[in-house]
Amino acid sequence: MAELYTEGDPIRDEKAPDGPIETRWERRRFSARLVNPANRRKLSVIIVGTGLAGASAAATLGEAGYNVTSFCYQDSPRRAHSIAAQGGINAAKNYRNDGDSIYRLFYDTVKGGDFRSRESNVYRLSQVSVEIIDQCVAQGVPFAREYGGLLDNRSFGGAQVSRTFYARGQTGQQLLVGAYQALERQVAAGTVTMHTRHEMLELIVVDGRARGVVVRDMVSGEIETHFADAVVLASGGYGNVFFLSTNAMGCNVTASWRAHRKGALFANPCYTQIHPTCIPVSGDHQSKLTLMSESLRNDGRVWAPKGYGDNRDPREIPEEERDYYLERMYPAFGNLVPRDIASRAAKAVCDEGRGVGPGGQGVYLDFADAIKRLGRPAVEAKYGNLFDMYQRITGENPYEVPMRIYPAVHYTMGGLWVDYDLQSTIPGLFVTGEANFSDHGANRLGASALMQGLADGYFVLPNTINDYLADGPFEKLDATHPEVQETAQGVRDRISTLLSINGTRTVDSFHRELGKVMWDYCGMERTEEGLRKALDRVRELRSEFWSDVKVTGVNEELNQTLERAGRVADFFELAELMCVDALHRSESAGGHFRAESQTPDGEALRHDEEFSYVAAWEFSGTGKPPVLHKEDLNYEYVTMVQRSYK
Amino acid sequence: MATTTVTQRRSYRSTVVLKATMAVSGLLIAAWLVMHMVGNLKIFEGQQSFDEYSAWLRTVGYPAFPESGLLWIMRVVLLAAIIAHIYSAVVLTVRDRRARPVRYQTTKAVQRTYASYTMRWGGLLIAVFVVYHLLHLTANVISPGGASDSPYERVVNGFQIWWVTAFYVLSVAAVGLHLRHGIWSGLATLGFNKARRQRAISKTATVVATLLFVGFVIPPLAVLIGVVE
Amino acid sequence: MRITLRVWRQKGPEDEGKMVDYPLDDVSPDMSFLEVLDVLNEKLTLQDEEPVAFDHDCREGICGMCGVVINGQAHGPEQTTTCQLHMRSFSDGDVIDVEPWRAKAFPVVKDLVVDREAFDRIIQSGGYVSAPTGTAPDAHATPVPKSDADAAFDAATCIGCGACVAACPNASAMLFTAAKVTHLGLLPQGQPERAARVVSMVDQHDEEDFGGCTNIGECAAVCPKGIPLETISNLNRDLLGSLSSGR
Ligand SMILES: Cc1cc2nc3c(=O)[nH]c(=O)nc-3n(C[C@H](O)[C@H](O)[C@H](O)COP(=O)(O)OP(=O)(O)OC[C@H]3O[C@@H](n4cnc5c(N)ncnc54)[C@H](O)[C@@H]3O)c2cc1C
Ligand code: HEM
Ligand code: HEM
Ligand code: SF4
Ligand code: F3S
Ligand code: FES
Repeated sequence: MAELYTEGDPIRDEKAPDGPIETRWERRRFSARLVNPANRRKLSVIIVGTGLAGASAAATLGEAGYNVTSFCYQDSPRRAHSIAAQGGINAAKNYRNDGDSIYRLFYDTVKGGDFRSRESNVYRLSQVSVEIIDQCVAQGVPFAREYGGLLDNRSFGGAQVSRTFYARGQTGQQLLVGAYQALERQVAAGTVTMHTRHEMLELIVVDGRARGVVVRDMVSGEIETHFADAVVLASGGYGNVFFLSTNAMGCNVTASWRAHRKGALFANPCYTQIHPTCIPVSGDHQSKLTLMSESLRNDGRVWAPKGYGDNRDPREIPEEERDYYLERMYPAFGNLVPRDIASRAAKAVCDEGRGVGPGGQGVYLDFADAIKRLGRPAVEAKYGNLFDMYQRITGENPYEVPMRIYPAVHYTMGGLWVDYDLQSTIPGLFVTGEANFSDHGANRLGASALMQGLADGYFVLPNTINDYLADGPFEKLDATHPEVQETAQGVRDRISTLLSINGTRTVDSFHRELGKVMWDYCGMERTEEGLRKALDRVRELRSEFWSDVKVTGVNEELNQTLERAGRVADFFELAELMCVDALHRSESAGGHFRAESQTPDGEALRHDEEFSYVAAWEFSGTGKPPVLHKEDLNYEYVTMVQRSYK
Repeated sequence: MATTTVTQRRSYRSTVVLKATMAVSGLLIAAWLVMHMVGNLKIFEGQQSFDEYSAWLRTVGYPAFPESGLLWIMRVVLLAAIIAHIYSAVVLTVRDRRARPVRYQTTKAVQRTYASYTMRWGGLLIAVFVVYHLLHLTANVISPGGASDSPYERVVNGFQIWWVTAFYVLSVAAVGLHLRHGIWSGLATLGFNKARRQRAISKTATVVATLLFVGFVIPPLAVLIGVVE
Repeated sequence: MRITLRVWRQKGPEDEGKMVDYPLDDVSPDMSFLEVLDVLNEKLTLQDEEPVAFDHDCREGICGMCGVVINGQAHGPEQTTTCQLHMRSFSDGDVIDVEPWRAKAFPVVKDLVVDREAFDRIIQSGGYVSAPTGTAPDAHATPVPKSDADAAFDAATCIGCGACVAACPNASAMLFTAAKVTHLGLLPQGQPERAARVVSMVDQHDEEDFGGCTNIGECAAVCPKGIPLETISNLNRDLLGSLSSGR
């Protein structure tokens, strides 16, 4: 494997306090230097992204008095992909008195992450979760309530306590709208300047510090440079490398990848989460996959026909010819096993030839029992909007015919490496939300990404970034600085190259093919052989892309093809790193299932002695072997065990 | 720090306030029209009754009020309402037109009713009608079919001519349509349009509009076909 | 299926636009409307023509980014978003007109893409609760009756797509504005700023050159999130109340 990467020095999270875990966050907040309110006005922060992580940070830092400049590629900050989250957000409120606590949420999250996350971070996340709910309610987020007027909770994906707060099937939307409103309030107050339809294409690093960004005004095509004392990336996940995923069409890795190329380490890129309940692919035209909230598994029963290639109407398949395989294989958790397990089980069933629907890529999620038990109105009240969405997309009525579901790429646990302060390896570059790698380890529990995004943006970053900004303001910069000029010129050159190739294949055709390769070989189940094949194919495709892609139009106008081309170009490089990362980690952990590493009964097998580290990769040039830096993970509070949901 | 800034002065000229003005004035005119319609039906009681009613309008309240005093008060209120209504209508229409400078190539109504999208042309027709009507029946300036000092005779003379009646009927139909949407709209503008009340409001609007239409067209039609002469 | 798209093509904000016919063979009824545009764009690209620019992102009906007028109806014949509209709603041989949202406050950027920043400015003018981070009391400090919470949620589901403006004969954004006024006005947290909020938001609405609402109801009939018409009446009541109480 030596030809694939080289190993560099291990790294350590220097900012993480040690000592009793309960007081670590408090102690870090105390030791972080403060910036006095009068000085904040003189300090500026750029925030790329207006999802939960970005909008909450912009609103909070703006309110604190810093000069914030925010960017997003959509036409309004309210459209960031956080809006699509359906299920809910966890918080250790223990409003149900069912034995929940900060410690239990911490424990569940570390265990759920298959012991590949940092204890300190996860503990902090659990602590802060409580404040998030308070904050959101104060903003007017209309969480579901009970008749007594108090907040309702549900249990979610693998949790045995009810700690998930939700707003029907639109929790992400409501949380984001809350953060967006807080952001717009600061825009009105003049503390935040918002640039919509601006895409970050490069990071500006001067004297070793992140000092700004190069962005393209997506309407005029103008390449602009913006400067600040610190830069925050909150640009979301990179699931779109698979082309078909539950991510929005515009989700991209460009912001993170450009920072990676400038020296920020990229951690655990191969950790992707596959969500078990998505609407299956219906044909080649498919442009994206739609998630059906995991909460459906609370009442729906998953099954497949026992027979192979059984294409009868599901209602005609008698009970004894149905295989409720999750209930059979995991009697304790049944339909509520974690995502990775549910996803892999579905794939196994389909691979056996028992899948249903077009191409045999689907299993049933059946509500007949729930409707019988609870009555249709109750099911409608709980899941009505999801059922409607399903019917709209498939043309089938799930009240009558069981839904068909199949796993799809949904979330990326990997991302830019950050320390306890959320600072990357480039001083002054902070990374929040899904864009960083921090809190979920090898597998994310349901309802914990929203929690992390808001924790980072409302509470963590605003308490840690000051420690860095206390050294500012830094030297004033402008577009004439040689470093800046060179960076901006690089962006322009890349755009002209893309526009000048004028080949024969469309950007989408490349993206589709790349996605297929990644899904087949770097998706739910990976083998060394497959990954090597993928690596070769990705490299071939990349060079084909740079010689044969066709990008129409010019830079100086709204050019959506050009936007996509730039994103796909970065996905190629990321895909390569993902395969390398997946290859080197020859264990199964969470969302990373290596066929070579399984227990006799087919469950994921970790190798803790060998792999309990964060793999943080350093960029060493396109097509050159990256450098691996390991950050050792130590568990003082939770003992590592093999996960078992049997 | 961000605070909500209150700029009330502008709000007083906001679309919503203009609409409220229209609603109040419109509903006032409508209420008056109901009275007017009932009065008009006195035509069936014969010339004397109708003329006396007309005269009564002028003497009611006398001597507490000067002759025609109450009539004038009513007229002033009515006139003010009409002016306010038309003023707001014009300002809003101009605004609304400006808000969509480029029209669609194809449009398809999903929900709007005939009544709701004829408000402006209908209103204009009503305005023309009222002017004509005042010149004819109140001011006695134009007198199709022959002049007379008796309002009854003026009515009967006028409506014996088919096109005069036709014009009245058309205009009164416009009034009906205008009110069909106007009552619904006015109540919504004033904030009464709760989901659970929507059906009731809509029904009321239809009933009042139909009643007015029928009540108003009966006299001229009666004249035309010779029931009243 | 075979269909013909007649699409509004306009190079830039200042350019003239026109409808252009694009026949497409091979359209599957399972495709979403945007996937048909994808197919068209692939075709155009390979023919060296400029693809049709259109806004979209989530493609699951929640971001509010997509939205075009299809055969004269905002988001097309179903009450949903354009991305959730599927070709099974059309028939073989249909000619389908596709136009951008039309309103002065939503200038065309290119082809089917319009600028909706006016909505953000309406929110900036008061569509929020002032709750600086860290100042919040415990979430259970103020119970909210379930019916109020549910109604607030219904209003809060607005995705800011702008279909209401596109469909309104007056290009009024009253439904959008009212949805926010109603959402926050129903919750205890929204009370302190309630009177001021509605006044500022209506001011900003007018400032943006949206038309006035004449209660026609097209907006609610096309709103993909089913924001009810009564929210507009709520707004009116709040505004008149707040002006007459002088707050
Ligand atoms: C369908 C779906 C359902 C989900 N459901 C749940 C759930 O129920 N519970 C849960 O906890 N989590 C859920 N998740 C995960 C969770 O929603 C996301 O992980 C989280 O919202 C990410 O937030 P973010 O702020 O990091 O990024 P995003 O919300 O993705 O925001 C990214 C921002 O960055 C901007 N941006 C990106 N690239 C650039 C660039 N190059 N230049 C300029 N701007 C850029 C975008 O414009 C956007 O504003 C779900 C995810 C999906 C896809
Ligand atoms: C004189 C000429 C008139 C004109 C030009 C006119 C015009 C208009 C217009 C443009 C509207 C707003 C359209 C809408 O709400 O959809 C309107 C509303 C209304 N009109 Fe008239 N109108 C006239 C006369 C009348 C009369 C005579 C009445 C009473 C019978 C009346 C009653 C109403 C009512 C109740 C409304 C609803 C107000 C609201 O929506 O808040 N109008 N009118
Ligand atoms: C068949 C229908 C109608 C008949 C027969 C009729 C008859 C009359 C008569 C006879 C008068 C004069 C009263 C007087 O001066 O003593 C009058 C006045 C008036 N009518 Fe009508 N009318 C009719 C319909 C309408 C309608 C539809 C409107 C309004 C939309 C209207 C508005 C008025 C007004 C504003 C006056 C003046 C009132 C005044 O002088 O104070 N009329 N009408
Ligand atoms: S009110 Fe409805 S139509 Fe208008 S922006 Fe909101 S969701 Fe879209
Ligand atoms: S369509 Fe327009 S007129 Fe009012 S009710 Fe809706 S905004
Ligand atoms: S693309 Fe997001 S709502 Fe249609």
